[in-house]
Amino acid sequence: MSKEKTMRLTLPVEEYMGPGHLACQGCGATLAMRFVLKALGPKTALCFPACCWSVIDGPFPHSALEVSIFHCAFETAAASASGLKAGLEMTGDTETTVVAWAGDGGTFDIGIQALSGAAERNEDIIYVCYDNEAYMNTGIQRSSATPYGAWTTTTPVKHFKSRPKKDIDAILAAHRVPYQATASIAYPEDLVKKVKKAKDVRGTRFLHIYAPCPAGWKSRPEDTVKLARLVVQTGIFPLFEMEFGEKCALSIKVKDRKPVKDYIRLQGRFRHLTEEEIQHIQDDTDARWARLMKLCEA
Amino acid sequence: MTKKKSQEKINLASVSDFPMMPMSLGTMHYNRTGSWRNIKPVIELEKCIRCGICWKFCPDVSILIQDEFPVVDYVYCKGCGICAEECPTKCITMVEEEK
Amino acid sequence: MKKVIMGNHALSWGAQLGRAQVIAAYPITPQTQVVELLSEMCANKTLDAKFIKVESEHSAMAALLGASIAGARTFTATSAHGLALMHELLHWAAIGRLPVVMGNINRAMAPGWSIWTDQNDSLSQRDTGWMQYYCGSNQEVLDTTLQAFKVSEALSLPSMIMLDAFALSHTYEVVDIPDQGEVDKYLPPFQPKLRLSSADPHAFGGLTSPEHYFELRYMQQKDMELAPALIEKTGQEYEKAFGRKLGLIDDYQCQDAEVLFVTSGTAGYTARVAVDELRREGVKAGNCRLRVFRPFPFAKVREVVGRAGRVAVVDRNMSFGHHGIFYQEVKSALYGHADGLPVFGYVAGLGGRDITPETFKDIARDALSRKKTATAEEIVWIGVKK
Repeated sequence: MSKEKTMRLTLPVEEYMGPGHLACQGCGATLAMRFVLKALGPKTALCFPACCWSVIDGPFPHSALEVSIFHCAFETAAASASGLKAGLEMTGDTETTVVAWAGDGGTFDIGIQALSGAAERNEDIIYVCYDNEAYMNTGIQRSSATPYGAWTTTTPVKHFKSRPKKDIDAILAAHRVPYQATASIAYPEDLVKKVKKAKDVRGTRFLHIYAPCPAGWKSRPEDTVKLARLVVQTGIFPLFEMEFGEKCALSIKVKDRKPVKDYIRLQGRFRHLTEEEIQHIQDDTDARWARLMKLCEA
Repeated sequence: MTKKKSQEKINLASVSDFPMMPMSLGTMHYNRTGSWRNIKPVIELEKCIRCGICWKFCPDVSILIQDEFPVVDYVYCKGCGICAEECPTKCITMVEEEK
Repeated sequence: MKKVIMGNHALSWGAQLGRAQVIAAYPITPQTQVVELLSEMCANKTLDAKFIKVESEHSAMAALLGASIAGARTFTATSAHGLALMHELLHWAAIGRLPVVMGNINRAMAPGWSIWTDQNDSLSQRDTGWMQYYCGSNQEVLDTTLQAFKVSEALSLPSMIMLDAFALSHTYEVVDIPDQGEVDKYLPPFQPKLRLSSADPHAFGGLTSPEHYFELRYMQQKDMELAPALIEKTGQEYEKAFGRKLGLIDDYQCQDAEVLFVTSGTAGYTARVAVDELRREGVKAGNCRLRVFRPFPFAKVREVVGRAGRVAVVDRNMSFGHHGIFYQEVKSALYGHADGLPVFGYVAGLGGRDITPETFKDIARDALSRKKTATAEEIVWIGVKK
C-alpha cells in the first residue's frame, strides 16, 4: 500500500510544454525543454536555430510551447538572442528572459562564432545547448560534439569518429562568462536549480545539457534517462558549475565512478568498438576527471 | 495573462486567414500522438508509492496527476517506456497495444 | 541646421533623427565612419539606442532580426562582402516581414580586393525582397533614411539605401539637417504589426509546408506592389515638411530628349553635367536617374523613358552571362509600351573606374550614331582598355 498521502513532486508543477509535439519516442531534448521552462516560467522568449526543436515544436500555424519562440538561422542563435534582448529592453520589457536554445551542431560548430561574440560582449542572455552529440535533425551526421568512437552517418563504422569531443565548457570558461554549468536530464532537480540560479545572473549564462537521442545513438527509448544518469556516474559528463571561468564546483559528487563500459554497451552507435578502443575511452575519461577534480579543488 | 490558444487543427482557407509571417495560432493538441505507439504503460496503482518519478520523466507530458495518483494520457502517450524503466517499485508494465 | 558632412555621416544622422533603437554593425571599408559616428551618438546619448558591436555582418543582421521582432526600430550599415555575408538573413528579413533599414556603400566585390565603387554588391541582392534606393547626394542619403523607415514600417518590408563608395560615402557636402521635432511629426514611433511579447506568446517562423508557404509569398509581393505609390506619397509629405523631393525617379530635361540617359547613384548626377554640356552643343539630351530600383518603378519608367528619341542605359554593374541589370529591367519594362524605341545598354565604371561627363558624351555620341536598336545581349563597354 502507498506510504505517501500526496504525490511528492520535486519539480514545479506548471507545464509550459504541451503534448502532441513531434519528438521521437524517448527524446532527451524534450525533457530538457520541459525542465528548463518549469524553472524559467512564462516570461521567457526562446530563439531556435535549425535543430531538432525547429521541428519538434510543430508546424505553422501550431506550437507545442506556451512561450514565445523566434525561429532563426542556423548560425545565429546567440546573435538573434542578443538582438531580441536588446529589442525587448528598448521597447520597455526588461523582465523577459531571453534564451538561445540550440543543439550541439548549432553551438559547437556553425554557431560558435556568434556564441563566442555574445559571450565576449557578455550579452544578457541564457544560452542553452542541448547536446545529443550529432546533427540529429538532419539524420545523424557527426558534429564536433560527437564523442570518440561513435558511429554516425558521416563517421561510418570503418571510419568512426576518431577525434575527441570538443570541450565547449572550457571554451566558454575562457570567455569568463559570469555563470556556466553542465546538467543532465537525469538530474532534473539539479538542472532546475541551476536554471533558476542562472535566471538571476546578469550577463551571458551558458548551460550545457546532456540530452540522449535514442534514434541517433541506437539506444532503447526507455533507456534515455538511464543513459543520462550513467554518463554522469561514469564521469564522462561531470556535472559542475563555474563562475567567470573559475570557482569550479562539482554538483553531483560521484565517489566510485562506474566503468564506461556500462554506458557504452547500451548504445548501438558504439557496438563496433574493440576492447582496446573502449579502454581508450576509459583512460581519457579518467584523465579528464582528474583534471576536473584539480580544477574544483583550486 | 496568456491567452488560451486554440487546441484544434487550424485551417487557413484563404489569404485573409494568414498572418503576414508564419506565426503560431494554436497548440499541438490536435496531433494525437498516441497513434504512434506499439506498447503502452499500465500502472498498478496499489504498488504506486506516489514518488512522482513517472510524471517527472515523461517527454510527452502524458502522465497526469489526478487525485494524487499518476494517470496515463493515452491520447498522447508514445509508448517510449521511460516511465516503466524509471519506476522504483516497478509498478508500471509496458503491454502490447490491442490491434 | 546646415552642416558640411560626408555621405557616411548623413546615414548616421538619418539613423539618429529616425530614432533607431537597436543598431548592430561590423566595420568594413568604406562604411566605418557610419558606425563610428553612431557609436559617438550613443555614447553622448544624443541617440537613445543599444549598439551591439557584433563579431560579423552575419551576426549584425541576425541581431537586428531579433530586435525587430521585439518591436524595436533597427538600423545598420555595411558594404560589398559584408552585405554578401548577410545574404541568407536578407531573405529572412524580407520574408519575415521585418522592417530593418540598412545603408549599403556600393563597393566592388573581390577578388582582387577593391574598395572602390560599383553596384554588383547590392544588385546581387535584388531578389531578396528588400526595397532598394540609390542615392546621388548626401542630402538625399539623410532624407532617404527617414523616408525608408516610414515606408518600411508601413509595409513591414526592409529597405537598403545605397551610396557609392568614396564618390558619395566620403565626399563632403552641405546637408540641411532637419529639426528633430519636425522629423518626429513625419516619422512617428514604430508600431509593429506582429510582435514577440511574453504577454501574448507565439512561435514566429516555424516549419511551413507547401500548404501555406505560397500564400505568404503572395502577400509579400502584394505589399511590395503598394510600395511605389507609398514612396511617392511619403516623398510628397517629405517635400511639404522639408522642401525636398523624394520620388521614384529624378528626371532632368527629359521632356524632349533625343537621347535619354538612364542612370543611378552618383553617375546620375554626373550625367546632369553632361546633359547641360550636350544641350549647349545642340544635342537634346536628358537624364532619368532611378532613385528607387526595388520596387521597380514600371509606370514612371514608361512615362518618362518611353517618350525619348533613344535611350542609353548606363550600368555600373554586370550580370555575367546576361547584361547590365538596369538595362535588362528598363528594357523589360518598356516591352509592349514603346515598341520601336531604340534602347542601348552601356557598362561603365566597374571597380570604381571614373565616370565623367566625357563618359556620358561618348555614350550620347554612340547612341545617336546607331542605326537600329540593340539586342538583349549587346553590351557597349565604355572605358575598357581594349
